[in-house]
Amino acid sequence: MTPVSAPAAFDPGAAAARATAAILHDTLHGTERGVVVDSPPGAGKSTLVVRASRELAAAGRRLMVVAQTNAQVDDLVLRLAAKDPELRVGRLHSSEGDSYDPALRELPSVTLSAKPGDLAELPITISTAAKWAYVKDVEPWQHAIVDEAYQMRSDALLAVAGLFERALFVGDPGQLDPFSVVGAEQWAGLSYDPSASAVSTLLAHNPQLPQHRLPVSWRLPATAAPLVSRAFYPYTQFRSGTGPGERKLSYGVASDGSGPDRVLDEAAEAGWGLLELPARHTPRTDPEAVGAVARVVRRALDRGAVTCDEQSSGPVALTADRIAVGTAHRDQAAAVRAALASLGVGGVTVDTANRLQGREYDLTVVLHPLSGRPDATAFHLETGRLCVLASRHRHACVVVARAGIAELLDDHPSTEPVQLGVTVKFPDGWEANHSVLAHLAEHRVSWRP
Amino acid sequence: MPLLSTLARLEAVRAGRAQPLATVRHRHLSDNPLVLVPLTTAGEAGAPLGALVGTDRNEPRVFVIPQPRDRDLRWAFLADLAVHVLAHIEAYADDVEPAERSETDPETGKRVKVETELCVDAPQLIVPSRAGIEYVRLLGRSMRFRRTAEEDPDNPYPAPSRVPLLGRWFTHLGERARVPGSSMLVSATDLLSRHWATGQSNLEDQHLGALLAWIDPPAGRSGAEAALRAELGRDEHGQLLCPPAGPATDPAFDNRLLAPAIARYDAARAALAAGPGDDDREVRTAERAVRRLVVDQMSSTWRATWEAIDLLRALPPGERAEERWTRDRWSYTGHRDRVRAGEPPQPRRDDAVTAAQKLATRETEQVRLDAQEALDDPLVMAGRRLAGEAFAGEVTGVVMEWTESKRPSPRPLVTVSTQDRPQLADGGAAKVYRSLDGRPQSAQFVRFEEDGQVVLRLLDKMGRGRDPEPGSVPEEGDRVCWTLFEHDARGGPKLPDPERTPWTHGGPPGSGAAVHLPDAVTDEDIL
Repeated sequence: MTPVSAPAAFDPGAAAARATAAILHDTLHGTERGVVVDSPPGAGKSTLVVRASRELAAAGRRLMVVAQTNAQVDDLVLRLAAKDPELRVGRLHSSEGDSYDPALRELPSVTLSAKPGDLAELPITISTAAKWAYVKDVEPWQHAIVDEAYQMRSDALLAVAGLFERALFVGDPGQLDPFSVVGAEQWAGLSYDPSASAVSTLLAHNPQLPQHRLPVSWRLPATAAPLVSRAFYPYTQFRSGTGPGERKLSYGVASDGSGPDRVLDEAAEAGWGLLELPARHTPRTDPEAVGAVARVVRRALDRGAVTCDEQSSGPVALTADRIAVGTAHRDQAAAVRAALASLGVGGVTVDTANRLQGREYDLTVVLHPLSGRPDATAFHLETGRLCVLASRHRHACVVVARAGIAELLDDHPSTEPVQLGVTVKFPDGWEANHSVLAHLAEHRVSWRP
Repeated sequence: MPLLSTLARLEAVRAGRAQPLATVRHRHLSDNPLVLVPLTTAGEAGAPLGALVGTDRNEPRVFVIPQPRDRDLRWAFLADLAVHVLAHIEAYADDVEPAERSETDPETGKRVKVETELCVDAPQLIVPSRAGIEYVRLLGRSMRFRRTAEEDPDNPYPAPSRVPLLGRWFTHLGERARVPGSSMLVSATDLLSRHWATGQSNLEDQHLGALLAWIDPPAGRSGAEAALRAELGRDEHGQLLCPPAGPATDPAFDNRLLAPAIARYDAARAALAAGPGDDDREVRTAERAVRRLVVDQMSSTWRATWEAIDLLRALPPGERAEERWTRDRWSYTGHRDRVRAGEPPQPRRDDAVTAAQKLATRETEQVRLDAQEALDDPLVMAGRRLAGEAFAGEVTGVVMEWTESKRPSPRPLVTVSTQDRPQLADGGAAKVYRSLDGRPQSAQFVRFEEDGQVVLRLLDKMGRGRDPEPGSVPEEGDRVCWTLFEHDARGGPKLPDPERTPWTHGGPPGSGAAVHLPDAVTDEDIL
């Protein structure tokens, strides 16, 4: 375990390299059928998957890679091709037209097919779990890499696990748990509860499997890693790859003294900013809060925000494609998109927490899931939702919320029934929400639009 | 809660009576449903106190157990219940029609059509409340593992012959009730609250009396007043005017009326057993007293349940509800076949594959139900439109275009003017669907015009020729409703057979790798 109060000599590069070496050793030379890797946000999970894929292929093991969405699959194929243009990769896609990124057609090393038979001879075949589930009656693959395994449901793993002999499971335990639109309580507590995550089933049946952890987040800045680590990963803390002051966000234009400008200044300074609107119960698409979110984005662009970090030699202008807005609900995202369009802002990613998983931006603006609500339901309290929203940024995160969330939380302690045999998840959403809120309160800017 | 239901509830408060949530009936209602009103004993799981059962509202079959903790009496009750309920369930078993089912051929692995039979109708069981469904499930669990004297001659306490079979059917019905849109075992409160919004909370809607009071308040009273009276009103003896729909009873009834009556019955039985003489008049009098009390508790719920059925019958049936009922008929036929084939009762716990299969079925059915209800009912569709999941409007322009190929197919562009705000994003190329003579026609979203009009490109259902078949392309001025969701649900992939459960899920059931359960089952564990 990485010491929490590490001495000054903590070398993030070396720590990460040690963890990676151990993972690869267990994967290539271990005796167990599975290896599990927990990866906090931005800890180089994709890099690890690419590296492990190449090493397994180099060792002559026929490899299948299971990801959860088509976008994740395409991203992996592109990364593999960029890293090793010679390595032949099969992209198994759905038979329905254009489910893959057309850019893949340009890659000479990549074979695209909807039929697994066409790809059987290739060293690596990549597809989504949903597509793999339809692959039947084939020679099993020697090895598999299951990406985003904590977001994969147990029943999805059941459908594909017969296809491989051994597997490396990689994922982030802090993100959103998989869910079902129908009740699955009748199986709660069973080791193979089909609605649970693939990793919880895997470990319930195979507790002896080696478990590793990536210790360094390369994405989160030094201002964010301690909070995210403490609030969402209290027992498996991680550190940021960069130290304090190594990343800077600044603006070409001075503040005009308005709420959005002040919160942007606070976020540039501290990495976090809370723009607090007056307390009020509102519909989900609270027009004032949505407007405030759009205003913050608009001002960040208008003020000529510039970022400095370890990846570039000089300052880089913050462009719209490096900004994301995160919400809890799709209608909120739609409302923010409309508000941004009316302010003449385009190119900013606006999406729900579910769809922002695994993505990375320089600046994020988050509409707090509990803002303006009269109640705190399990959905809005879910730890993973807040964790995703609070861990997408490389520089700063601005949260927009109505006042009164702390009181709302105190009025709504978690009331989910406790099920026998279900491992209790720590921290619970209530606790995590409180710790994030307490930290945000130190960077609060009150504003009446 | 969807915005439209919230609005309906607010309107119900203001109007003082329930507001419709649907314009058609979204669940199948049998012409001859079997209504079951069970009551249970406080403090002991699965100890029925009595039940009213029947298909004729004027002549319920009455069952009462004068001493519910006496297990001999309990099993005698369950044996009676089994005879009566199974007669109804099995009455549908032999009326069949030929049907086709696709199966996987074990030799070739291909999907092939198999001739089979399908029961033309299936039984429908209606209980007063959701707790009643749970109770059916509990009774099923307590009965299905019992062994009869024929099955196990050495058993010192054999179960009456039909009891295990009723347990299996109750279990089947209980599991089926978890499938969204299924109507084989339904509760009156669920049926009513699907179709009406009251001015009270969902939890309060679980009280059948209060729910009916909102939907059909007595003249001169508001729904809120009538519901309050149904919930809390008591007579001069402190008894509820409207007894709970059960299976739990009111503690005031238990303490003041039921407990003394049962005590008198126990005393009479003890006196008879102690002798002298064999005059059981006292026992029978005491038994009748208990019976009167219990029947009195159940009969208002019995009437309320039939009242709920009347209210629902008044709604026109939803077009696609029948299709869902066909799935119930398949489920009934399937279980009939399993029973006839002599398969063992459903296991205590699902194995990994069965659990995953059930979950997949239910998710598919949920998607299907959501889509079908919206297509059947403009009020439900309005809710989806409000959520940006559908949009309706008028066609303002059609531009014919064709695919670029040797045999061009029509791909017309249709512009729709709508007040709705569908969640479509430029560049997303999302698909939308509309119902064309009951079958879905798909189109691709192209762009929003400056003035908010939606431009779509029709993709299919226009025939094989170069020119679209008449009626397959909307014309200017047509009203159209497009949905962002598909109209039918696709089932998931086939899962491995249970005996091929992979290592990640503990291997095949019963293998060494299987994990031990947290609470081991003992021989005594009959529930």
